[in-house]
Amino acid sequence: MYLYSITFYVFSLVAVISALMVISARNPVHSVLFLILSFVNASGLFVLLGAEFLAMILVVVYVGAVAVLFLFVVMMLDINFVKLREGFLQYLPFGALLGIVLIIELGILFLTKSFSVNSLSKFVESPVMNEIENTKLIGQVLYTEYFYLFQISGLILLVAMVGSITLTLRDRGQVKRQNISQQNYINANNAIEKKKIKLGEGI
Amino acid sequence: MIYLEHYLFLAAIIFTIGVLGIFLNKKNVIIILMSIELILLSVNINLISFSAFLNDISGQIFAMLTLTVAAAEAAIGLAILVVFYRNLGSIEVSKINKLKG
Repeated sequence: MYLYSITFYVFSLVAVISALMVISARNPVHSVLFLILSFVNASGLFVLLGAEFLAMILVVVYVGAVAVLFLFVVMMLDINFVKLREGFLQYLPFGALLGIVLIIELGILFLTKSFSVNSLSKFVESPVMNEIENTKLIGQVLYTEYFYLFQISGLILLVAMVGSITLTLRDRGQVKRQNISQQNYINANNAIEKKKIKLGEGI
Repeated sequence: MIYLEHYLFLAAIIFTIGVLGIFLNKKNVIIILMSIELILLSVNINLISFSAFLNDISGQIFAMLTLTVAAAEAAIGLAILVVFYRNLGSIEVSKINKLKG
């Protein structure tokens, strides 16, 4: 039990500190790296909670795809990073006040007993069976009970892919492209031109 | 001993940090996108901790859907950012009203 508590506090402390560094680092590349650190620690917390499949998904999807996408964009855009930091301190006192108020309110809400397990357990729909492992259980529920949500999330990903491709695709004009329908319409009559060439002369 | 409230409070702290990241930034749109990712992460922590402590698997399913939406949102946001930078040459938040019509 002590080991569980110590692991929780270490993971959550590193997650919070790296989240703070995400919003306060000078260089956006460092921000992205701290974001990765924060996600890795959160996935450690998920392992602590017994959600191994989601922990691995978090590492693969966030650290492997989203954070690397952020890194690509940060490195691709040629930005003056020093200029980007202006105006951070200007809003800091008011922002800190707002943050403290928000955290106190959320803390009061969460640390009261209204969110305790006993008062919420009457809402439980599908209980976890302890002898089945986490991944198998998710698979059993995801493809039966939540099948429409699963398909809709696939549709969301498709729409996001189409949207981001349409946004960033541009026609440069001078780039030569293959026109497949034009190629298919060509036959011998309009592709080959016959010429009579006299002997000893060129075209 | 770690209870549900500990996880909820951790998620609240990360959520507040994400909100502050949106609020404090005047110039950098990328940091704002990353703050949105932090907020979604805190939502995920909430969902998974409820799922674990209430012995209900559906919270983990919803956390997975949140992950999907977050990935889609990051892709579209970064695409908009790239187009924005291509047209204006900077990613300042104060110039973002140029996006309208």
